[in-house]
Amino acid sequence: MSFWSGVLAIVRKDLSMELRGKEIVTTSFFFALLTLVIFNFAFDMSSLEIRKSAAGILWVALLFAGALTMNRSFLYEKENDCLSALMLAPLDRSSIYFGKLISNLALMLISEVFIIPIFIVLFNINVMQKPLYQLAALLLGTTGFITVGTIIAAMSVNLRAREMLGPLLMLPVVAPVVIAAVEASGGMIRGEPAEGWWVWLEILIAFDVIYLVVSWLVFEKIIEE
Amino acid sequence: MTNNTENLAITCNSVKKRFGRVTAVDGVDITIGHGEFITIFGPNGAGKTTLLKMMAGLVRASSGSITVGGLDINDYHDEIRRRIGYISHQTFTYGQLTALENLLFFGRLYGVENPEDRARDLLDQVGLSARANDPSRTFSRGMLQRLSIARALVHDPGVLFLDEPFTGLDQHAAEMLRKSLSILHGRSRSVVMITHNLKLGIEMGTRVVLQVAGKIHFDQPSDKFDHARFDDIYFKTVGEAHY
Repeated sequence: MSFWSGVLAIVRKDLSMELRGKEIVTTSFFFALLTLVIFNFAFDMSSLEIRKSAAGILWVALLFAGALTMNRSFLYEKENDCLSALMLAPLDRSSIYFGKLISNLALMLISEVFIIPIFIVLFNINVMQKPLYQLAALLLGTTGFITVGTIIAAMSVNLRAREMLGPLLMLPVVAPVVIAAVEASGGMIRGEPAEGWWVWLEILIAFDVIYLVVSWLVFEKIIEE
Repeated sequence: MTNNTENLAITCNSVKKRFGRVTAVDGVDITIGHGEFITIFGPNGAGKTTLLKMMAGLVRASSGSITVGGLDINDYHDEIRRRIGYISHQTFTYGQLTALENLLFFGRLYGVENPEDRARDLLDQVGLSARANDPSRTFSRGMLQRLSIARALVHDPGVLFLDEPFTGLDQHAAEMLRKSLSILHGRSRSVVMITHNLKLGIEMGTRVVLQVAGKIHFDQPSDKFDHARFDDIYFKTVGEAHY
């Protein structure tokens, strides 16, 4: 079976499971919503300072919601030891990784479709000043932490303390991506000239490529162990 | 659909598996001829499941070699995986998916032609047609195990690995499973089964193997099975291995 047929079968299976239960999108959405509401009470919304912190608040909400998404997605494979069934199939094992990565990314982007408008309303911020670049920052940042999160979820799926260890392992590794995403989005929200935030988009692209290649190379070893 | 029944003898040469300082499988040499039904017995922690997982390509051996149909399992993993079916006490099925969706998913992974026809045919064979569109999390343990058999057969494998498939089944479900397995073996499949049920294992298998502390200590055809000798070796080796 071809690499992409395997990836497609896994994505199709994950999305139909989510369509039925809506567990992952609902949980991550409500977690992000709660985070945004708490920050909304904590900061003075009338102050101009909020424009400086807004991108940080958004990415904290997205990052924690993403951590929930990834933990849950590999737990489905753990139930009834379905991961072994995937490993027994005549698939390139990296197609399992890319299948889970694309599913997680799709689920996270679906959550973001609901989270972003709430963020705009709660913080009264126009994130659509540079809509295409804002979208690029959002996509690149989400791809970066989902790429790392998926591999860490695979590593920690067999650990007893996976709910605690997963985010603990993930957060330091994704820090460069989150910092770059905050700087890129923040620069655009504050209306800074492109020279100020363009470099952060380039850094995001570089980290996404590095994380993707490293994850692809190590996944087979991780999953066999 | 034709099954993959070309010569699928399995050969293990000096196979070892270590987990840190623990040696789970300790230099096993065994050949399982095409069409044989081997039953492996042994106490808990004897390395039976690890050996089975190595033969199925789920776990890599620390040393030694394993071939299936003359092909090395590390070099030809995709070709070999296409010919292998694995049934465990874990069902390898997704509770959120229906019985039909589970089989369709695995059918697609194995590149089965007309996966829906194949899935419906298998559900009929294991008596689950009426529940095809129900999520498998609503199934009883016996029904899940029958779904697991259908899942393992979706690509019509020539070799079946069974790891304690009777665990947790009531008498009725166990009898259904026993009949299904006998029919499957009758279709010229090689079968390797781990079980703790001596009577069932001897009755179903064509060869009986005893594994203790990672080593094979007894290997005899079922029709010449020497119960006294088996018991003698079993209790002696288990005692020496400090189980």
